[in-house]
Amino acid sequence: MSDGWASAISDFFIAYPLVLALVKSVLIAVALLIYVAYVILADRKIWAAVQLRRGPNVVGPWGLLQSFADFLKFALKEPVIPDVANKGVFLFAPFIMATLSIAAWAVIPVADGWAVGDINVGILYIFALSSLGVYGVIMGGWASNSKYPFLSALRSAAQMVSYEVSIGFVIITVLLCAGSLNLTDIVHAQDTSYGMAGWYWLRLFPMFVIFFVSALAETNRPPFDLVEAESELVAGFMIEYSATPYVLFMLAEYVAIVTMCALLTILFFGGWLPPIKIAPFTYVPGVIWFTLKVSFFFFFFAMVKAFVPRYRYDQLMRLGWKVFLPISLAMVVIVAAVLQFWPAGPAGS
Amino acid sequence: MQAVFFYLFATIMIASAGVVIFARNPVHSVLFLILAFCNGAGLFLLAGAEFLAMILIVVYVGAVAVLFLFVVMMLDVDFAELKQGFAKYLPVGVGVGVVVLAELGFVALGWSSAPSAVDAAANPIIPQMSNTAALGQILYTKYVIFFQASALVLLTAMIGAIVLTLHHKPNIKRQKIDEQNARTRENVIEIKKVPFRTGV
Repeated sequence: MSDGWASAISDFFIAYPLVLALVKSVLIAVALLIYVAYVILADRKIWAAVQLRRGPNVVGPWGLLQSFADFLKFALKEPVIPDVANKGVFLFAPFIMATLSIAAWAVIPVADGWAVGDINVGILYIFALSSLGVYGVIMGGWASNSKYPFLSALRSAAQMVSYEVSIGFVIITVLLCAGSLNLTDIVHAQDTSYGMAGWYWLRLFPMFVIFFVSALAETNRPPFDLVEAESELVAGFMIEYSATPYVLFMLAEYVAIVTMCALLTILFFGGWLPPIKIAPFTYVPGVIWFTLKVSFFFFFFAMVKAFVPRYRYDQLMRLGWKVFLPISLAMVVIVAAVLQFWPAGPAGS
Repeated sequence: MQAVFFYLFATIMIASAGVVIFARNPVHSVLFLILAFCNGAGLFLLAGAEFLAMILIVVYVGAVAVLFLFVVMMLDVDFAELKQGFAKYLPVGVGVGVVVLAELGFVALGWSSAPSAVDAAANPIIPQMSNTAALGQILYTKYVIFFQASALVLLTAMIGAIVLTLHHKPNIKRQKIDEQNARTRENVIEIKKVPFRTGV
């Protein structure tokens, strides 16, 4: 009987692929949002632990329900829209930011073949969406019609555009090694007999570091949080936002961080592959490895926030344009040359 | 299904292109320009050119339009003053518009594709190849000279922009990171024994 049901369901989904895509999208979005709720909690807990505090520990056991309580609180508050704000753009900005950041997950393979849309240009799609993310910030900052958000939006736009350049070159080096723009193929290209040592983090170690630091800058995380920089700009481009629009900005920020962690996992840490290809590790499903790796990178994001002081703005720009850009540009040339003249070498597969 | 999406994207694109011209607020114009770009990317996707679609978003929306928005946001536009010369400029504007429309019309009416193009589109030279790879193949072999030449033009434009805007003002203190990092304890700190009640 159950077999009949299963085949009936699979027949239905084959007949209506759009319904299947919808179900998949809802599944990944819900899983992502629950994961983000706990990532926010983990961020606060790790930060607290570094500073010898307890962190949120009241709502639910060990504070596990804190994020949901915060969400309810924000959702029930009154959204205040400033009188002089450009209302349409003001309300549209957080929506576009949240939508774009969640949309990136449409192409991310959380396990072999587990992607909503396994498209040929997956990495470009994510790169395009992350370059669109800057619009939420600019629109929010401009529409607030107030000085602090505007200044902060300008800072942020310049910062995000600058670091996108080096992220682009880092991605190109990975693409050269993998020979594909498809995220699933990139993970398969790292599936060598060396296990963890065959992943790209070792072969492209400088690029791995540059990508991690650029990801911090791209998502406006400390030490590059000049966008928010509480001591200078009060709360950055979000000053005028309250209630649900504010939550959407917050959500978009954390989803973008998780996306960057997922991208680090896929490009440099073998996606869903087990670290060692022997028995107990290969039994664990790929999606668990993927989640563990993403959480591992998020832990580093949280630790950096806890113990690295904020960069000055000119230092930030210098790092992006005068350090990362030349290094990544040189690496693109070097990797391409090595692949051309020594295809069997360490950069090849 | 494809037709539905084609008309959807095309309608939104043309409508938002219209709003770009008619919007009173220049920032709204730029935002609708971005909407038009995004729908253009959607049309590329429908045509099966996924690489071009993504590049359109990355380059035009992600970089060019950001700069547009930057500039427009910084402008302090006086809308009343903007509207003043409307009647004066109307004839010139209409004239230019008509000329451009006529030229476009000539091109569109006289349009014919090469006789082999339809066949070529139906039978790609190298089947089983993603269009990213196919673009790379043709760009770096047959059209490599044009490709490099356009890169040179861009380089010239970039250097030109830098030369025009870069001013080396004298008497400005700058942070020299190398010098800072090159400082050692011996070079900067001197420890002196100070005799009691005598001073240095």
